[in-house]
Amino acid sequence: MSVAGITVALVQAVVVLVGSPLLLGIMRQVRARLEGRAGAGVLQPWRDLRKLMRKQPLTPRGTTEVFRMAPLVLMATTLAVVAVVPFVTTAAVPAAGADLFVVVALLTLGAVALALAGLDTGTAFGGMGASREITILALVEPTLLVGVLALSVPVGSTDLGDIVTSTLRDPGRVITPAHVLAAVALGLAVVAETGRLPVDNPSTHLELTMVHEAMVLEYAGPDLALVELASAMRLTVFLGLWATLFAPWGIAGTTGPGAVALGVAVFAVKVTALGAGLAGAEVFLAKLRLFRTPELLAGSFVLALLAVVASFFFG
Amino acid sequence: MSSGTARAPVGWHRTARTVTPDQLPAQAAGLLDAGFRVALVAGHDDGDRLRAVYLFTAAAPDRRVELLVPLDPDRPRVPSIAALSFPAGRFEREMRDLFGIVPVDHPLPRRLVRHFHWPRGWYPMRDDAGDPPAFGDQDGPYPFRSVEGPGVYEIPVGPVHAGMIGPGHFRFSVVGETILNLKARLWFVHRGVEKLFQGRTPQDALELAERISGDTSVGHALAFCQAVEDARSVDVGPDAARLRALLLELERLYNHVTDIGAMCNDVGHSVLHSHAGRIREELLRVNDRVTGSRLLRGAVHPGGTVLAALPDPVRLRMIAADAAEVAALALGHSGVLDRFTGTAVLTARQAHDLGALGYVARASGLSVDARRDHPVAAVPLPRAAPAHAGGDVLARFQVRCHEIATSVEMITELVGLLDGCRSAPATGAAGRVAGSGVGIVEGWRGTVVHRVEIGADGLLRRVKIVDPSFLNWPALPVVMADTIVPDFPLVNKSFGLSYAGNDL
Repeated sequence: MSVAGITVALVQAVVVLVGSPLLLGIMRQVRARLEGRAGAGVLQPWRDLRKLMRKQPLTPRGTTEVFRMAPLVLMATTLAVVAVVPFVTTAAVPAAGADLFVVVALLTLGAVALALAGLDTGTAFGGMGASREITILALVEPTLLVGVLALSVPVGSTDLGDIVTSTLRDPGRVITPAHVLAAVALGLAVVAETGRLPVDNPSTHLELTMVHEAMVLEYAGPDLALVELASAMRLTVFLGLWATLFAPWGIAGTTGPGAVALGVAVFAVKVTALGAGLAGAEVFLAKLRLFRTPELLAGSFVLALLAVVASFFFG
Repeated sequence: MSSGTARAPVGWHRTARTVTPDQLPAQAAGLLDAGFRVALVAGHDDGDRLRAVYLFTAAAPDRRVELLVPLDPDRPRVPSIAALSFPAGRFEREMRDLFGIVPVDHPLPRRLVRHFHWPRGWYPMRDDAGDPPAFGDQDGPYPFRSVEGPGVYEIPVGPVHAGMIGPGHFRFSVVGETILNLKARLWFVHRGVEKLFQGRTPQDALELAERISGDTSVGHALAFCQAVEDARSVDVGPDAARLRALLLELERLYNHVTDIGAMCNDVGHSVLHSHAGRIREELLRVNDRVTGSRLLRGAVHPGGTVLAALPDPVRLRMIAADAAEVAALALGHSGVLDRFTGTAVLTARQAHDLGALGYVARASGLSVDARRDHPVAAVPLPRAAPAHAGGDVLARFQVRCHEIATSVEMITELVGLLDGCRSAPATGAAGRVAGSGVGIVEGWRGTVVHRVEIGADGLLRRVKIVDPSFLNWPALPVVMADTIVPDFPLVNKSFGLSYAGNDL
């Protein structure tokens, strides 16, 4: 990996690390304003993280290394994805790692680590949250993989750099049936994977209805801060991936400082717009009954399947 | 009624019979067969003996019959009538925990009110109970029913909850997400309210009555005042009755609006929750203008009612239209409608057998409403409710929506009848000093019943309070069977039960 490549990876990591809580803050603020509330401000997630970081680390009695390692695994996998995905520039994509299947697998690994940690606590809520998370994950993964396949067929490669470069060269591709269907399918998968409405309600206090939050109920202090930060980063990564795949304009083709700075700015704008749009849509949504979630996700899988078919027939 | 015992009129539409414990089951069965319901069962400590009082009520026409059962102080026992009436069985357990009056052959002879760390043989409501003794593990652990089988697990929730609700412990036995069994354990906030009433003058006790359950200030204060007036043979006159009915409807309005928003919030539709919160705030400000208290306190008092101002019906109609719009948006949303429809059905049969009250009963197709069943002269009756007999969350939501509209209609009519009169203070003319009295009021949750006994010195000797929550709580585990775990908060909210009113 070149020096430029490492620099770009570092820049992307810092941008996502610093920006993710801000994205969360913006999304909450958008939702608050649309609901007629004042909102806590864009910086509130960072204030929460600062508060949690200052607290004493605590782990429940009876938990094992699985519980202690999970936040680190979640953060590490997310950072690894951030480092290799061409969010900012296509010129510094490492030879290995930027493969879409690898990216999906890394993100799943993080989710599974957290689910195992939920089970490790031995509490009813940890197990319940883990069970729900895995149920949803099992339904989302096929959509992600099939959707990825649909995008890689026309390019002949699953390498993210190749896909992005090829789309940039032929912008008309984003309005082909395969691309549109894959965009919708992956969009739904992203919503489910990041625990947003209508699949999960990130702002609920009702422990019995939680999915993601139920798994992490036992975390406290710095560990919780790590989980929260990594979860916010996963949201950014998923939105960023979606934007990179379906609206790659603005991604730099070189590693010059000016190009990278522009790439960072465009990435921030795209992700913020997507996040704000998602938050705005959430205002009008209610949470699905848990047993209806598979129907929604099955629908997204069918769309992904259609995208693959379309990519073969309409190229 | 074929009964050899004399029936003496003792109060408003109320007769009393003194029966022996052996006569009790036959008498109770006769009353229940004649369409009466068990409204209240209370123990009494008369110093030299214990006494159980069973109050049965029936509607159309308004009838109230008391069975007074003097008991042997050394062996206070009554034959259980739990087999005849489910609520009676719960009252009997309460009476045993507080007075040591043992219901013989009770099908579930377990503690109800007093948790197991209270020592055996200590009965807090007896006159000689003294200060609370030290806690201990005297009576073993709580006997949760354990469900066994492959894949069955338990979820313990509470008594400390994430939201600002009261303390209750829920034990779910679950396979996958489907609930097999739910046990709700309450009485974490048993404060001994009934005992606090004793020895006070009715005027002094009023502030206690207003605080039995914070959201039912008017309901409890009014039931208490009616009971005191019944005991003293005071007639408050039409203006006071209308002012009270008005306050009752104002209380119903703001609580129903709160619940409508909360139910939307529990399905993740928080924008409607925000708007319901805004409407609620407007109603609380109306309350403040009308009584000087956002929770409508300080207006009702024994013998009369005094308001600071009458509410503006035009303003209330606008607020109700606003609330109706929020409700229409909720029901027009396919996601919300899907969550509400068919969720946690309470059948009419179940509601009747459990003795459910208020909107819970009405959503299951029962016509239980103290405003009609125990009408007050000079107060118009509420418009008949349309049939929302589904018994599901949707029906409980729709009944609330309908009652918001009905309440505003009633307030409009009452303001017209009052014709500017906003004050009907107590005249001080009492028919008698001592006696027993019963007050029955349709609070926003359902029928609130108070029974007081006033001694010759004019002080309260015994006050028994029945909040509708006491009768409605057992319905919650019944409907939760075969419902899924993530629906519980929504179902719980659709019942909207009080912890404080239940635990007393």
